[in-house]
Amino acid sequence: MKTLIRNVRPYGEDATDLVVEDGLLVRDGTDPDETVDADGLVALPGLVDLHTHLREPGGEEAETVATGSAAAALGGYTAVFAMPNTNPTQDSPVVVEHVWRRGREVGLVDVHPVGAVTVGLGGEKLAEMGMMAASPAAVRMFSDDGRCVNDPLIMRRALEYARSLDALVAQHAEDHRLTVGAQAHEGPVAARLGLTGWPATAEESIVARDAMLAAAAGARLHVCHLSTAGSVGVLRWARETLDARPGFALSAEVTPHHLLLTDTAAEGYDPVHKVNPPLRPEADTLALRRALADGEIDCVATDHAPHAVEAKDCEWSVARPGMLGLQTALPVVALTMVRTGLLDWRGVARVTSEAPARIAGLPDQGRPLAVGEPANLTLVDPEATWTVRGAELASIAENTPYEGTDLPLSVVHTMLRGRWTVRDGKVAPREQ
Amino acid sequence: MTAPDDGTPAPGAVGLRHLLSTEHLRRDQADALLATAENMEQALTGRAVRKLPTLRGRTIVTLFYENSTRTRVSFEVAGKWMSADTINVSASGSSVGKGESLRDTAATLAAAGADAVVVRHPASGAPHRIAGWLDGVGHSHTDGHVAVVNAGDGTHEHPTQALLDAATLRKRLGPDLAGRRVAIVGDVLHSRVARSNAHLLATLGAEVTLVSPPTLLPIGVDAWPVAVTHDLDTHLATGPDAVMMLRVQAERMHGGFFPSAREYAVRFGLSQRRADTLPDHAVVLHPGPAVRGMEIASAVADSDRAAIAEQVTAGVHVRMAVLYHLLAGEDVA
Repeated sequence: MKTLIRNVRPYGEDATDLVVEDGLLVRDGTDPDETVDADGLVALPGLVDLHTHLREPGGEEAETVATGSAAAALGGYTAVFAMPNTNPTQDSPVVVEHVWRRGREVGLVDVHPVGAVTVGLGGEKLAEMGMMAASPAAVRMFSDDGRCVNDPLIMRRALEYARSLDALVAQHAEDHRLTVGAQAHEGPVAARLGLTGWPATAEESIVARDAMLAAAAGARLHVCHLSTAGSVGVLRWARETLDARPGFALSAEVTPHHLLLTDTAAEGYDPVHKVNPPLRPEADTLALRRALADGEIDCVATDHAPHAVEAKDCEWSVARPGMLGLQTALPVVALTMVRTGLLDWRGVARVTSEAPARIAGLPDQGRPLAVGEPANLTLVDPEATWTVRGAELASIAENTPYEGTDLPLSVVHTMLRGRWTVRDGKVAPREQ
Repeated sequence: MTAPDDGTPAPGAVGLRHLLSTEHLRRDQADALLATAENMEQALTGRAVRKLPTLRGRTIVTLFYENSTRTRVSFEVAGKWMSADTINVSASGSSVGKGESLRDTAATLAAAGADAVVVRHPASGAPHRIAGWLDGVGHSHTDGHVAVVNAGDGTHEHPTQALLDAATLRKRLGPDLAGRRVAIVGDVLHSRVARSNAHLLATLGAEVTLVSPPTLLPIGVDAWPVAVTHDLDTHLATGPDAVMMLRVQAERMHGGFFPSAREYAVRFGLSQRRADTLPDHAVVLHPGPAVRGMEIASAVADSDRAAIAEQVTAGVHVRMAVLYHLLAGEDVA
């Protein structure tokens, strides 16, 4: 099977043809079985999301591996990492293998289960990280996401242990002692609305602590959903000053919603805007954009968090935190980073594909658009505008904060190892 | 339409659909509500039977997710004195995992014919949510509109408390509160009374100073239209016109917000000695129920300076005014 993609602009640069054969990009475009006119479309390496909640097993009323995979493919993703706060928790080889196999059966995106750091995300006893690493799912990323590994001794042990597995620990940085009952960013908006504040220091103090622990252990630390300007400063300090054992690596992600939305979204108390960490003031969003452009923050991760309507159509303080992200991530990056001139399409490829693939150690994702490389592609129309409708997204849940909002950029085609997973904005059925 | 007295603003003139906060209450709306409350009091004075026909045929439901005898009774009396039918619904717990959701409860009350729902809820913003849901449904048998009154939501607002405090201050200090200096003392962080009073008093032109230990002030309070101090004695020496004491709930005493009840009483309690430093005309307010001996000395609470009983009385008139402006319409007999 040979596919000729005509007049496409790799990284938004000069139009050319891309040829795909047997899952690889090749040179010879003669006698194609299929020709796709990609006039005006920009080609990017398939997107990689280090932070997705697919909710299966246990939360199938909000999302499944199948629906989440469809949302990922429609969002331009070719690989996603599924966080372990499922029910049962992804804290044992059997559960991570189940999720990994479901991902393979669906086949729309590479699904990599993230293993829990501690049993049941309880923060007290290390989960069987080695057995999860040795399972067919080959887990290389561990996280208690949703909960912080708050105990410094447990975190130290996790980092040391993960080092021996060549794995990284992705920390949800939140000192829970500082966020008891927290509902929204601690500041003037929360004070006025009578919502208990989530202070920036609860994140920043954990980022600093963990960077020191990881440096001492020579371990790889990844900071999930970094949300404050202060945390960017802590990253800079850690990279410039910490005396680290060999093997130390420090990376961080930012979510699209923390690049765009601010804490004023809580006005009106609609919990579709409730997320953890909370939306921050505009000064933080602008600092996060700059840090992403400068490379101080390595990548964008969605923290795609589907919730059933009952979990959101209620009082703010009882609503579950989180919002859909897979199908709106690249449009929000285009809006906040490209249209502002902070990133070109090479930069977008770096923060949405190359950097996350490198952090997670995926050999065949985030690769250059070059002959001989795997054909994981996302073709986007950067000039398109579309109106977000939660009911029209592929996820079962509809909790998008962008309901009714016009966003730029549409994902037109997605290709996973030479096979179309999305054609013309629709999921491509798998050929038997 | 039966107006309660001459000079009362027409029911629709205030332009309120719900009363959710004082933050968004305009000066003219606040003035109209307070003027109506005074007229309600006059209309009832000297009557053998305290009953106005104003809201005959209207149904008011009080929906309380927290216990509160005084606020519930105040709303119920206000409704009954205007001949409305009042129904009390007690609920408990949050909407998650404990039966019916808040949305379903609100929709049920609307479908059953409630014209107003008076809500007290432990979650900040719960009345806003109900108002949003009911505005989209409109089940009421009259004009499709169900008015929502916030009777205290979490640590957000308690607008009728602020209105009754303002009504009490106007009686004691005169109708114009502009330039009057009001100290609000105690647990501002967890107080919906403090938030509602800070906004309403500022709207009425008063100068508000919050007096509180730093641990009981919200981060971000500097954006409020108030001054802030941590030193009660120094502030009292400036001669405020009114001192409003806030409740300190028992769970705060053990939450590490301050070292001990004893130290709190010493630093922030309104003792007789402190009350004696106030100007003669200065008023002492407390939303009740007061913790005597800690927040306020018994002798102060029982002194002529204290307006605690007047606050309760004003509460009924203010709530009559609120219900009147939300519910009375051209089709009321």
